[in-house]
Amino acid sequence: MTTAATRVLDFYRDGFRRMTVGKTLWKIIIIKLLIMFAVLKLFFFPNFLKTNFETDEQRADYVLEQITRSPVHNN
Amino acid sequence: MIDVDLSLVNWSRAQFAFTAMYHWIFVPLTLGLSFLCAFYETIYLKTGDEEWKKITRFWMTLFGINFAIGVATGIILEFEFGTNWSNYSWMVGDIFGAPLAIEGIFAFFIEASFFAVMFFGWNRVSKGFHCFSTWMVAIGSNLSAVWILVANGWMQNPVGMVFNPETARFEMENFAAVVFNPVAVSKFTHASSSGFVMASAFVLTVSCWYLLRGKHVQMAKKSIVVASVFGLIASVFVGFTGDEAAYEVAQKQPMKLAAMEGLFTGERGAGLVAFGIINNSKGPGDAQDAFLFDVKIPGLLSLLANREFGSFVPGIDDLVYGNEKEGVMGVNTMMEKGKLALADLSSFREAKKNNLEDAAADALARFEVNKEFMGYGYLNTPEEAVPPANIVFNAFHLMVVMGTLLPAIFAAFLFFTLKNSVTKQKWLLPVGLFTALFAFLAQQAGWVTAEVGRQPWAIHGMMPVKIATTNLSTTSVQITFAMFAAVFTLLLLAEISIMLKQIAIGPEGH
Repeated sequence: MTTAATRVLDFYRDGFRRMTVGKTLWKIIIIKLLIMFAVLKLFFFPNFLKTNFETDEQRADYVLEQITRSPVHNN
Repeated sequence: MIDVDLSLVNWSRAQFAFTAMYHWIFVPLTLGLSFLCAFYETIYLKTGDEEWKKITRFWMTLFGINFAIGVATGIILEFEFGTNWSNYSWMVGDIFGAPLAIEGIFAFFIEASFFAVMFFGWNRVSKGFHCFSTWMVAIGSNLSAVWILVANGWMQNPVGMVFNPETARFEMENFAAVVFNPVAVSKFTHASSSGFVMASAFVLTVSCWYLLRGKHVQMAKKSIVVASVFGLIASVFVGFTGDEAAYEVAQKQPMKLAAMEGLFTGERGAGLVAFGIINNSKGPGDAQDAFLFDVKIPGLLSLLANREFGSFVPGIDDLVYGNEKEGVMGVNTMMEKGKLALADLSSFREAKKNNLEDAAADALARFEVNKEFMGYGYLNTPEEAVPPANIVFNAFHLMVVMGTLLPAIFAAFLFFTLKNSVTKQKWLLPVGLFTALFAFLAQQAGWVTAEVGRQPWAIHGMMPVKIATTNLSTTSVQITFAMFAAVFTLLLLAEISIMLKQIAIGPEGH
């Protein structure tokens, strides 16, 4: 069991170590994910209904109000 | 000139379109290049020829670059659902939850296992298992796309659901109906096979660049043979799936079909526009001609739309104002029914709030009668149900022109490569350089046709885009639009720059 786990770990460790262009790509992936989750999601893209309401009942009521008396569609 | 309405709805719409179009730069290449890598590696496995291994590793590196840059760009769309499209997101959560969860599991499973073997496993696992892993990545990536297209297909043709007026949610009633929705099936086959075409075209373009420079000639020729066969088969298949997709559009979204063909007045034995310059100022119900110039193939549109030459194809005017003779209900009539449905939904909500159960039951019974027209109740005028026909017509015809060119290009490359004279075809190699651009334009134009053509609907007939949006400030949407533009453009530049570097290095460096 330990040997199998060690072999899998070695497989990934050696794989990452031998990467050439992959190193650059991983840097891009990490930076991209950081921007997406730590900046965009956190500060600019809160889940509107989750942030503003506590229960599903409140959310349903809000959406029902929106779709039956939406200020946008009454323009 | 197109008038741009800088309202909240249009900025939200533009932001979603922009991120989806950027995301779709990476996706088709992943779908197709994964299969091409599997083909190249299978040939290596069968022949043992090291040249094929070199070819496989080269294209696999480009596949990896595209995958790494593109991965998670789709997550942005999910952020937008929660923030910009909260009404929509709430209402469809029950329908989209299962397909998107399955997509996530597929993606995770493949990326964590077979993807690692594909890139780290050379000389570490057996040749057979490595090849199997490459195939699994190709199959898994494509299966992963199924679920996203099931979700998109449902928006175009909402089936297998029931609207719950108490929770304001569309609830799944029949999973099989959602998955095997004919619109979703034709979307998947059309979109995935167009991805195969995109990747084959990409291989042609890079290989032609090598041939024109006299570099890596054998590798380029071998790459071209496989890509041409794959591209030719896939592009012919795209034609068949496109025909099926158009048939589904004709049956489920006739307004979109009318816009695709610039058909304002419906007719029996309607002709298909082979070439036309659409009149941008033409609107529904006015007396202007729809085209400044057009050449039509008689009867063909009726045949493609209904599988019958003399059948009636409704035009925009028939769909907006109705055509009693042909049994077409107009948007004006649907709006009346939709407004009744919304009024009854509102009464139901009020009665429920005040614990008036009998009144709620009465309102619900009335709502049930007209609920299928609910979305039309939000329209202010019947003309609001018409998508911008000029954009849809031009995008559709650009896609068709590009889609017709591509099989001819693949066939020419296959013919001359098999004759071992492709390098002598001085006219063909420059064409090959532009093949990826042609395929890219066809891809993007296809999605513009599909998505602009279904406006004003977020969910066809049930929910217009303006009701799907969150009531945010337009400025906040403009700011995030600019941020996405910057992030995605940087990613695209990174992809192009890293790819060009690897292409310059060539197969020897892998």
